[in-house]
Amino acid sequence: MDEGLRSELSKQGVFTTTLEDLYNWGRKNSVWPLGFGLACCAIEMIAASMARWDLARFGAEVFRPSPRQADLMIVAGTVTKKMAPQVVRLYNQMPEPKYVIAMGACAISGGPFKQGYNVLKGIDRYLPVDVHIPGCPPRPEALLHAFMTLQRKIDEQALTGAQRPRHLVAEAPSEFPVPEFGAHDLVPPANPEIWQPPEVVRGE
Amino acid sequence: METLDQIKARVEAAFPGASVEIVPNAGVGGQRSLLVDHAHALDVARFLREDPALRLDYASNVTGVDWLDAVIKEKRKVKQVIAGVEREIEETTERRRPGYLEVVYHLYSMELKHGPLVLRLRTANRADNARVPSLTPVWRAAEFQEREAYDLYGIIFDGHPDLRRILMWDEFRDFPMRKDYVEPDDYEYEPTPHDDVLAKAKRHYQP
Repeated sequence: MDEGLRSELSKQGVFTTTLEDLYNWGRKNSVWPLGFGLACCAIEMIAASMARWDLARFGAEVFRPSPRQADLMIVAGTVTKKMAPQVVRLYNQMPEPKYVIAMGACAISGGPFKQGYNVLKGIDRYLPVDVHIPGCPPRPEALLHAFMTLQRKIDEQALTGAQRPRHLVAEAPSEFPVPEFGAHDLVPPANPEIWQPPEVVRGE
Repeated sequence: METLDQIKARVEAAFPGASVEIVPNAGVGGQRSLLVDHAHALDVARFLREDPALRLDYASNVTGVDWLDAVIKEKRKVKQVIAGVEREIEETTERRRPGYLEVVYHLYSMELKHGPLVLRLRTANRADNARVPSLTPVWRAAEFQEREAYDLYGIIFDGHPDLRRILMWDEFRDFPMRKDYVEPDDYEYEPTPHDDVLAKAKRHYQP
C-alpha cells in the first residue's frame, strides 16, 4: 500500500494495515518463554523477568511451566551431555511457531567447559537457534536486547513466499531428532542437517 | 588431635595384623596421611570413628587419584673409596612403580572439633583389580562421593550399597578423570588453539 495514501487515511481516522503486520504484531508482543534454567544464566533470566528489568514490558512475562504452552525456549546455562536429550525433547513438545534463544557462553559454544568431556559444545548442534547471546553470564540487559532482536525477527517474517517461517512450511520439521546416550559420547554428536563444523577461510 | 604417629601406633596396637603406613607429603603444607590395607580398612575406619580421643564422625570429602605407571628416580649419597680417597658421591637408583588408583578420605570430628585426618586406600592396579572396600557402612556421607569416584575413575567399592554412575549416563563406558582417557573427537575451530588443542587443530584443519 502506498505510504502517502496510508498517512492521508490515518489523518482522516482510518487505520489501515496488512494481515501480515497484524499477525506478526500480535505474535511478537506475546512470546511466552518456557520456564526452565540450567545454570547461573537462569538467575540472570529470573532477574530480567522481575521488577527491576521487567520483561513484562515486552509481553514475555508469562513463564510457562509446560512446553505445550510456550513459544520460546531460553537455553539459559550449561547444557551437559546428560541433559541435552531432555532439552531437545522439551523443544519437540513445544507447539509451532517456536523460537530458541541460546543464552550465555555455555549454551552457544560450551563456554569455559568447551574442552571438557561432559558439556555439549553449543545447543545449536541439536536445535535451530534464533538468537545467540554471548556473556558469562549475560546481564539482563543483554537478554532484553536478545528479546528485542527476536521481536524484530518475528516482525520481519513474511507469511507467504519462499522466506516464510518454518511453521508455515508443511514439510519443514517441527521436531528434531533426540540424541541418544552412547558408550563414549552422544549419538549422533550433532544434527548434521542444522549444524556443520565451521570452516576456516584464511585471507591472503 | 594426637599426631599421626601416635594414631598409627594405637591403630597397630588395636589391630595386630593391620598394615598401616604413613604417606609422606613433600608439598608446602606437608600434610601426611594414613594408608591402610584392604583387609583392615573397615576396622580401622570404625576405630577412627568410635575412639573417644578421635571421634572422627564426619567424612567431609572423598577423592580419587590416578597414578600411572612411573619410573621413580631416587638420589642417595654413598661413601665410596676412589683411588685410595674416601669420597661422597651421589648414586641414582631407578625403580619402576606400577600404576594404581587411590581413594582419599578427609575425616573431621564434629564432636571434638578437630581434623582433618587423611585416610588413603589403594587399589592393586589400574585395570582388572581396581577394587577397594567401601567405607559407606562407616560414614554414610561417603555414599555419593564413592559413586562419583566409581563414575569418574572406575574404582569399584566392595560393599557399597548402590554403586551406580552418578554424573555420567549409565550407558557411558569410559572413566573420564583417568589420565589415559581419550575424549571423543568433536573438535571445532578455535581462534587461539594451544597445547593439546593446537595438535587437534592441526589434525582437523590442514593449512
